[in-house]
Amino acid sequence: MKVTAYSVEQTRELGALFASKAMPGDIYLLEGDLGAGKTEFVRGFTAKLETECTVRSPTFSIINVYTTRMFPVYHFDFYRMCDPDELNETGYYEYINSDGVCLIEWGNLFPEVIPQNAVKIKITDISENVRIIETEKEL
Amino acid sequence: MITLGIESSCDETSVAILRDTTVIKNGIYSQTEHSQFGGVVPEIASRAHLEKIDHLTETVFAETDIKIKDIDLISVTDSPGLAGALLVGVSFALGLHTTLNKPITGINHLEGHIFSVLLENPDLSFPFLALVVSGGHTAIYTVHDTGKYELLGQTVDDAAGEAFDKVGKMLGFTYPAGRSIELEASMVQNEKSITFPVARISSNNLNFSFSGLKTAVKYFIKDKNVQFINENRSRICFAFQKAVIDSLSNNLASAVKSTKIRRIALVGGVACNQSLRDALQKRFGTDIRFPSPQLCTDNAAMIALAGYNRYRKKQLRFPTMNPSAPL
Repeated sequence: MKVTAYSVEQTRELGALFASKAMPGDIYLLEGDLGAGKTEFVRGFTAKLETECTVRSPTFSIINVYTTRMFPVYHFDFYRMCDPDELNETGYYEYINSDGVCLIEWGNLFPEVIPQNAVKIKITDISENVRIIETEKEL
Repeated sequence: MITLGIESSCDETSVAILRDTTVIKNGIYSQTEHSQFGGVVPEIASRAHLEKIDHLTETVFAETDIKIKDIDLISVTDSPGLAGALLVGVSFALGLHTTLNKPITGINHLEGHIFSVLLENPDLSFPFLALVVSGGHTAIYTVHDTGKYELLGQTVDDAAGEAFDKVGKMLGFTYPAGRSIELEASMVQNEKSITFPVARISSNNLNFSFSGLKTAVKYFIKDKNVQFINENRSRICFAFQKAVIDSLSNNLASAVKSTKIRRIALVGGVACNQSLRDALQKRFGTDIRFPSPQLCTDNAAMIALAGYNRYRKKQLRFPTMNPSAPL
């Protein structure tokens, strides 16, 4: 699948679309440059599952947990990590084998810790508003 | 009264000893301070608290005439932070609590930051406003009293410190880049040729947003060549930093107006930024207080002081280990 989003709202709508098909245990890898819209995608994804949590950047915290009406969402960001061993103290290995959904930003920095079943979603920013969103998964 | 403070919520492992409200020792173990410990501990991942906390505690006590059996209270950060990182500090504290049979309290990390200002400004009286700005948090609270905090506004996306780090990366500095931006920006004076928007979420609340500012800088430099960026890096840094400072300062002014509280504390890692301190000092005068830079970043002395105040108020609470608990 390859679609173009012409606004932040449309990036969020695509996140919502993925959420509507998501199953507990799913893992999504979000690839894209700084400011591409990875966190916006997660915002739309989590909103679709009905939540009272605010989706914020997990860059500093490494992981944010959002409770929703459907299942927990684990929002990871590997951006500032130096070593995959740091994941031991985040609970990562428990979360990827749990009944929640994991969305991982900058997972490509440590491909060795990403499970085989992870779905890759690539966001490319073409201009200030336009994004191309690609995935091998058929929705 | 001797309070032992323990902090391990994120990158820093810290153990502090307080005699009443006076800091006797504030040991902070981060990657950059290895030499302080004689190189006994090998190079390890920055967040491997488990391998540091024991050694750090021994070192801290060895440098004072206080023995571990002399402590009267254990105060430990139990929220928010990385689950595994918090677990190390909390487990260590519970071990001491059981062995020594001394009272213990859990402390919210943000509560700790608020108390950091009181270590050096004991005359700052309640209520006051606290602007907590760091790599992971950006929020304004009314601090009514020990244990009584009211959230007035917070970031809806990126923290201010994170914006500094990410914009710095875009401009070619190594991550984390907050300090580099500040230094680069200081090369120019009141630059007006480049401006970035100051985000204002809504007039009804005091929330912040820094994600749009990050994107604005990104698109400003996107089509520029290396020479342009090299020649204008200081101006870009200045304009970016000014946008962040204006956003923080404006919301703080709104908070003063709506709460009628004039006393302010600026705390958290970003409070190290001298330009931010100067700008707020200029706007709010002697009503604003700052911790010294070494107490702005994560440390256990602030956790110990928060615990001491909770003890005085009979508000001790057993550590709960909640990685995402708000203040």
